[in-house]
This record gives sequence, structure tokens and C-alpha cells, in this order.
Amino acid sequence: MDSALIPEGVKRCSFKAFCLWLLVIFGVIGWGLLGGFLVLWKGLNVTGLNDYFGFGLYITADLAIIALGAGAFFTGFLTYVIGKKELKDIINLAVVVGFICYTGAQLVLLLEIGQPIRGWFSFWHPNVHSMLTEVIFCITCYTIVLTIEFLPLILENRQLDKVPEFHFFSHNLHEIMVVFAATGTFLSFFHQGSLGGLYGVMFARPFAFREGFFIWPWTFFLFVASAIASGPALTILVTMMVQGITRKKLVRREAISLLAKVTGYLLAFYMLVKILDTWWWATHTAPNMGVSFSEFFQAPYGLWLLFAEIVVCGIIPAIILLTPKAREDEVLLIVACVLDCAGIVINRFVFTVQNLALPVMPFDRLEIYVPTWQEWAPTVAVIAYGALLISLSYRYLPVFPRERELNPID
Amino acid sequence: MSGNKSGKLRYGMVIDVDKCTGCMTCAVACQQENNIPFREDETKKVRSITWMEIFYLDNGQPYPDHRKAYLPRPCLQCDADPYPPCTFVCPVNATQRDEETGLVSHIPVRCIGCRYCISACSYHARYFNWWDPKWPKPMEEMLTPEVSTRMRGVVEKCTFCVHRLQLAKEKAFLEGRRELEEGEYVPACVEACPAKAMTFGNLADSHSEVAKLSKSPKAFRLLEKLGTKPKVIYLSSQEWIHKLADNVV
Repeated sequence: MDSALIPEGVKRCSFKAFCLWLLVIFGVIGWGLLGGFLVLWKGLNVTGLNDYFGFGLYITADLAIIALGAGAFFTGFLTYVIGKKELKDIINLAVVVGFICYTGAQLVLLLEIGQPIRGWFSFWHPNVHSMLTEVIFCITCYTIVLTIEFLPLILENRQLDKVPEFHFFSHNLHEIMVVFAATGTFLSFFHQGSLGGLYGVMFARPFAFREGFFIWPWTFFLFVASAIASGPALTILVTMMVQGITRKKLVRREAISLLAKVTGYLLAFYMLVKILDTWWWATHTAPNMGVSFSEFFQAPYGLWLLFAEIVVCGIIPAIILLTPKAREDEVLLIVACVLDCAGIVINRFVFTVQNLALPVMPFDRLEIYVPTWQEWAPTVAVIAYGALLISLSYRYLPVFPRERELNPID
Repeated sequence: MSGNKSGKLRYGMVIDVDKCTGCMTCAVACQQENNIPFREDETKKVRSITWMEIFYLDNGQPYPDHRKAYLPRPCLQCDADPYPPCTFVCPVNATQRDEETGLVSHIPVRCIGCRYCISACSYHARYFNWWDPKWPKPMEEMLTPEVSTRMRGVVEKCTFCVHRLQLAKEKAFLEGRRELEEGEYVPACVEACPAKAMTFGNLADSHSEVAKLSKSPKAFRLLEKLGTKPKVIYLSSQEWIHKLADNVV
């Protein structure tokens, strides 16, 4: 039925099977839309947030999604700026994943603010001293860059490509993609950092506060390092997932191996600086603010979170990714990438929820945050939105340039 | 925002914890004066808006060494240099410190409700409007006309009854005066306190009572080590309260 839209020389599942798959996705998206609608209609009182937890699941999800979306800018940087040609196999998918992450995060952000209609105030009355202003500006600009990066791929659809104007426009965009890749790298570097800066500048919050360099707290650099150490891991995971579902080899192994190797080095570097930061924070920063390290870890937000983040989801995947034999093993590679991504989610959770749960005034109490379904639903719906966009892109666009070569049709 | 430019006016408050009986008159006066909304069911305290919160302190010792105290906490109007922890994080300039008076304001009609300021404040002095404010009849006719009500989805906090400063300034202007006299501008909580535990005035005026009390050996600030420099200063002769307030490790 839709065969005219499917790229030439590739095989796709039947239209019926595809529609059934979309039905499942739309079911989850519908659930998310219902949750989001209730938040907009009734207000944030339907969430588990309160005056202790100004930030909760929405912000944790936003920060994690944006960090995991760093695969787009970093793969673009390696492909176009550094010139790692083998990554051209994977760059289209990285851009699609990045686009999903950034647009998805912005949709969740719309629910997160109490007055969504005033969202434009951030551009109209910007406070240049606020890290959040930098985040808002950079994320908006980078979403535009990602749209420009995604556009040539959309225009390469079999039917759209027949229109000469679209064909030339998309060809010319390809030619200057290095400019957008460099712009994306610059913008992404700053907003990933500013997201870390959001917490690091809170000098009245000993758990989050960090000293730093010039105007940037150390969390600025830690968030950049953690994003580039985990974003490519998600790109690898999505690639493996698409290959697994379609039962096809879509990307040459050397592209995945190269990305896995780079991720391993980046994760090892991030772990090194994270451990140094944790040590300095525990022995200098916190005591100077009148807090002992042990006070930071109170049940249920215990020391296990730090162990899970650094050892289980940091050091172990770094070792796997740095060991050539291990990263060539498909199962171990998937385990390492899952752990890497989980580590970043824990990190963002810790900075958001654990930070706010801890009492700063000694006579205050620890609070526990439990998100409601109205928070879970839109968050899960973002994943479904990602599945929708990847499914549509895979079916109708030439996402994997080597697909035809790797899967010849007899 | 232009950084801390301490001028000749720095409004602040001194609260004598030893005198405070925990009667909560200050909190009630604040709620009424500032049109603070409430709900029929306020059992979920983490969503109650209480610009003036009363914290219960105890020394954790068993009888007969057990000691207790009450610590009223308005917005501490931090004087940190260059900015208080809450203002510089706001992405839309909805909260600022007026460097003429030292008062930290919040503009609800500009606030987008991102709650970054709530997260940045260590004293939990900022509150979010989780619901639309409603007053049962005829309470809406008892609202203070000088204080605008706030809508759902924005942050609010103690302003040191800044509308009273405006009224006092207008009165002084009509009387041909440029400056206010001591005691002419006083927040509702200070006026209402039956134990006279609260003193308000200009901390920058060394002759004012509040400035003299702030230099008392009994004076301390809440979480002084954080460097927020609150303009609300507490008094107590009890060592355990001093230690508790500064989170000594």
C-alpha cells in the first residue's frame, strides 16, 4: 500500500504489520497525552511535586534525555569535523535520535513549568546570570540545528526526492553539513554544561554546589563529559535494537566498534574526573559548608546510589568498552551501553531528586518523592514518540546508507 | 541585576528565639495581610503556603536536660554578594533584590513557574501555587487591597510586607518628608508578635534598634557557613540553638 514511499532496493515489513506496531505506539502516546492534558488542565497539583521537590521526574527525564541525545552532536563532530568516515553509516540514526531527544525534552518541559503560556518570557525577559537562560537559548538553537540536520534525510524520501527543488536543496545541505555539525557541537557543549551548572551554582544547596573555574562550577564540565560518554552509547543501543528487530545488518561492525571504543575512552575519562570531584566534594566542599559526607546519603537515597553510579554503571562499562575482545562481543557491548546509559540517568536523578530530598537546615526533615502516573505517562510517551519517529524514518527514509549493500535482495 | 550595592537602607529583622512562644500570631498575621491562599484540606504541609513558617527545635536530650524552642522563619532576604541564591537563578528576572532597600522581591505576573528558585533556597522560604487561589465568601472581601493575589502555577514568598513600605513612603511624601522614621515601616508579623520577639528596621543605620540587636553576642544567622548572609538575624542565649542553626560538623 505504501510501497511507493519505501526506499528502493530495501525490504520492509507488510503495511498491516507496520500499522499494528504503530497502534501500540499510539496507545502509549495517547496515555502520555492524557497525563499531559491533566497536568495542563488541573495544574501541577496532580503530580508528586511539592515545595520541597520543585524538580522531579520531568526534570530528571529532561536532563537524562538531553544527555543521551548528545550522541547526535558528538557523532556529527566525529564524522564531519574530525573526519571519521566510517561513522557515516550511523550518523543519520544519531541525528534522528538527537532530534527525538531534544524535541521530546521540550515537550516534557512544557508540562514542567507552572505557566506554560509564559514560556516565551525566557526569551523576552532573559536573565543573563541564570544558567537556565543559557540552557533555554542553547536547547532552542540546537533543536533548530538538529531539524536542519534531519531535513536532508526527510527530503531523500523516494517521492520527495523526485521534486528537483527538494533534491538540490537536500544535496546542498549535505555539502555544508560540517557547518551545522560544528554549530551543533558548540551549542550542545554549552547547554550540556549549563545543565550541570544549574546545580553547581546553587551555593545554598551543599549537595549540589561545586567550586569551579571562572563562572562555571565543576558540574558544568562533568555534565559535558558525562553526556559525551553516554550519548554515543544510546546511539549504539538504538542501532543494535533496530538491527535486532529488523533482523538485518544495517551498519558495518567497524562503525559500531569505533563508536564503542571512543565511548569507552570518554567514559573512563569521565569516571576519573567524577571520582576526583566526589573526593574533593566529600573532603573539602561539603565540610566547609557545615555538612558531613555521610549526611548526604540517607535512606532511601543511600550510598548505594553512588556505588551504582560510579562502580556498576561507570567503571564496569568503561572496562568492557576499553577491552577490544569484550566490546566485540555483542551481548557484552549491549550490557556496557545499557549500564552507561543507566549511570547517566542515576546521575541526573541524584542531582535532581536526592539533592532536594536532603534537609539543609539541621532541624528540617528528609522528604521522599513519589511521582504520580501523570508524571510517568508523558515521560514514557517520549520513548514511544522516539519509537514512532525511528519506525517512520526507518520505513520511509534511507536512514542506513549501507543497508542495500549489506542486505542485497535476490 | 547589578550585584550587591549596599546603600544606606538595608531592611532586616531580628528575632529573639528565647522570647518566641510559638504562638504563631506572626504566621496568622502574615497569611491575612498578604492574601495567602489556603485550602479546605491543608494536611499535606509540603504544599501549604506559609510565608512565615515556625520550626520546632529541640536539643535531642532526654528529660531533665530536654530543651525546646521555636524558630519563626520568614524569607531571610539574603544579602549574599553579588546575588542571593534564589534571584540569579531565575531565567526571567521575576525575582530580584532591590539594591536601594535590600528587599528581595518576586513578580508573580512574570514568573513562569519553573521552580528553580524554590530548589535553590536552602531555607524553604519559597512556595509554589499548586492550585488556583479561592476564598470562601465573604472572605474575599477581607483581602488586603494593596497586595495582589497570585495565580496558579507561580512562585511566591515573603516580601517583608513591601506594600507597607510603599504606603509609608507615600505618607511621608504627602507630609513633605524624603526619609522614613524608624518604626514607620514594619511588616505585619513584627507588628502582631505579642511577645515582642521581633524587631524590624534598617540594619545599615547603626543607631537603629535592629542594628544594635544584630551585633549582640546572642546574635546568630541561620546556616551562616553557606554564605547567604541573611538579613534576618536570630538571638538566643542558648548554645545548642547556635550550634543547631549553623549545622556544625
